[in-house]
Amino acid sequence: MIQTALYNLLQILFVLAFAPLYAGVLARLKEIIQSKRGPSILQPYRDIFKLFHKDEFVSEQATWIFRVTPYLVFVTPIFVTILIPVLTDYPLAFAFMGDMLAGGFFLGIAGFFAALAAVDAANPYGPMGASRTRMVGFLAEPVFMIVFFTVSFVAQSTIPYIVQQRWVINIGAFFSPAHILLLIAFLMLILAEGGRIPVDNPSGHFELAMIDESKGLEYSGRGAALMKWGGQMKFLVLACIFLNVLVAPWGLAHGTGIAAVVVAVPAILFKVLLFAMLLVAIETSLAKLRLFRISEFLGAAFIISVAAMVTSIFPGG
Amino acid sequence: MVSNSISEALNTLCAGLILISAFGMVATRQVQGVLRFFVVQSFLLAVSSGVLGFNRNSVHLWTLAAITIVTKVIAIPWVLRRLLPGDYYERREIAQAVNIPASLLLALLLTILSEFLVAPIAAATNDTVIRVNLPIGLAGVLIGAYSLMARREAIPQLIGILAMENGAFFAGIAIAPELPIIAELAVAVDVVLIVVVVGLLTRTIHKTLGTTEAASLSKLKEETPLWR
Repeated sequence: MIQTALYNLLQILFVLAFAPLYAGVLARLKEIIQSKRGPSILQPYRDIFKLFHKDEFVSEQATWIFRVTPYLVFVTPIFVTILIPVLTDYPLAFAFMGDMLAGGFFLGIAGFFAALAAVDAANPYGPMGASRTRMVGFLAEPVFMIVFFTVSFVAQSTIPYIVQQRWVINIGAFFSPAHILLLIAFLMLILAEGGRIPVDNPSGHFELAMIDESKGLEYSGRGAALMKWGGQMKFLVLACIFLNVLVAPWGLAHGTGIAAVVVAVPAILFKVLLFAMLLVAIETSLAKLRLFRISEFLGAAFIISVAAMVTSIFPGG
Repeated sequence: MVSNSISEALNTLCAGLILISAFGMVATRQVQGVLRFFVVQSFLLAVSSGVLGFNRNSVHLWTLAAITIVTKVIAIPWVLRRLLPGDYYERREIAQAVNIPASLLLALLLTILSEFLVAPIAAATNDTVIRVNLPIGLAGVLIGAYSLMARREAIPQLIGILAMENGAFFAGIAIAPELPIIAELAVAVDVVLIVVVVGLLTRTIHKTLGTTEAASLSKLKEETPLWR
């Protein structure tokens, strides 16, 4: 028990330490594909360090929501981390505290408060971005739900560790149409939730076109650092759920010794790197969608996820 | 039996991707996109029939794979590209009777319907290939038929017909691996001829009218030609 709690701590440290690196690698890979050199992959660490050493400036009109939000945004991915397999393929101390749905709720709380805080600061672009994020959010919600339904139909559980054992390890189930459809729906969901390109441009700094970015516009100093770090952690956690639970549980530590867990770290990093390459390929080959086309994008994700559920219910799925 | 389970896994993988490319054909606006999804779907059909040929040790399925590659992956896109000008493929919005989200929902309903219809048959057999291919093949046929109705442009309508045929073949390779080669050859030649005829017709219409929208063709009357 104490040992697995320790591993849980290791998982949290892993996510804390490598989330900025993941963001940096993504940015750098993208610039390389566009035949530019791009910033160093350590740039996000420097940004966060710099922001922590700057003064924080909070508007007089802002309420407590504005002050609390950065901490919530920073803490919720950590809560999700203790529920999902990041480094080990056996359940850790807190794995049965909540299922994938609980993880979704945690991330939902962070998104909700971030949107409230954007409205709270009364910056003209904040509410606009907040309402757009909510639009993307409520379109993404049914897809999330159906993905969970499908997972629970097939694995008879929504605890991530059990899903991974029942579904993905078994090669016949891995290639089943339901699984393939579900993967594509979840990938589209990650693109939408993470504010990646067909839905939102993460590197755009044009306020009128912003969706995800505009929520953090009013933050400075420590608040901005926490928002940034929290966003990066959320994206890494989503990637971990996608990779470790649904796609490729290989490379996770199987043994209970500390050495096996430490060896899993580079293996997981390698997997995440491959995923980053896939994301960069998607991002550079697609154009950002117009705002009202986003409903079609997420509508397609919804259709694919329902098709996954249907094929998993009927024989042959 | 390891190789068999791998080939069945590959077949089911193709099944999932074929269903997705059928949705893709319904969801895309550009003619080019529709054509690309069709080529991908045909390629997946060829892969799946080749793999099943290996699984069931059937030369017919290999022939079918080869014919599919030659006609649907190479010849048909090439012919269509040659017959119509490039701007036809690059134009963005193609006319549709039903908008795209509604079309996608209908495509989903058709998928559910085909799963529902096939369920009693699929429950009667233990063959995983039949259980996977039959509902998805039927869904492919129905979605192709739907896009044939909903699209208003000649070439996407043609691709709808071809997608129907892809679905029929995908179901067919599971239940009738010993389909005579002569039937496959007949279909292959037939399909290319259809494409050439429709393509030539579309090209002539495109030249004289500047549009290939099937909806506006109903206005064609002898006494007042549109192009004057």
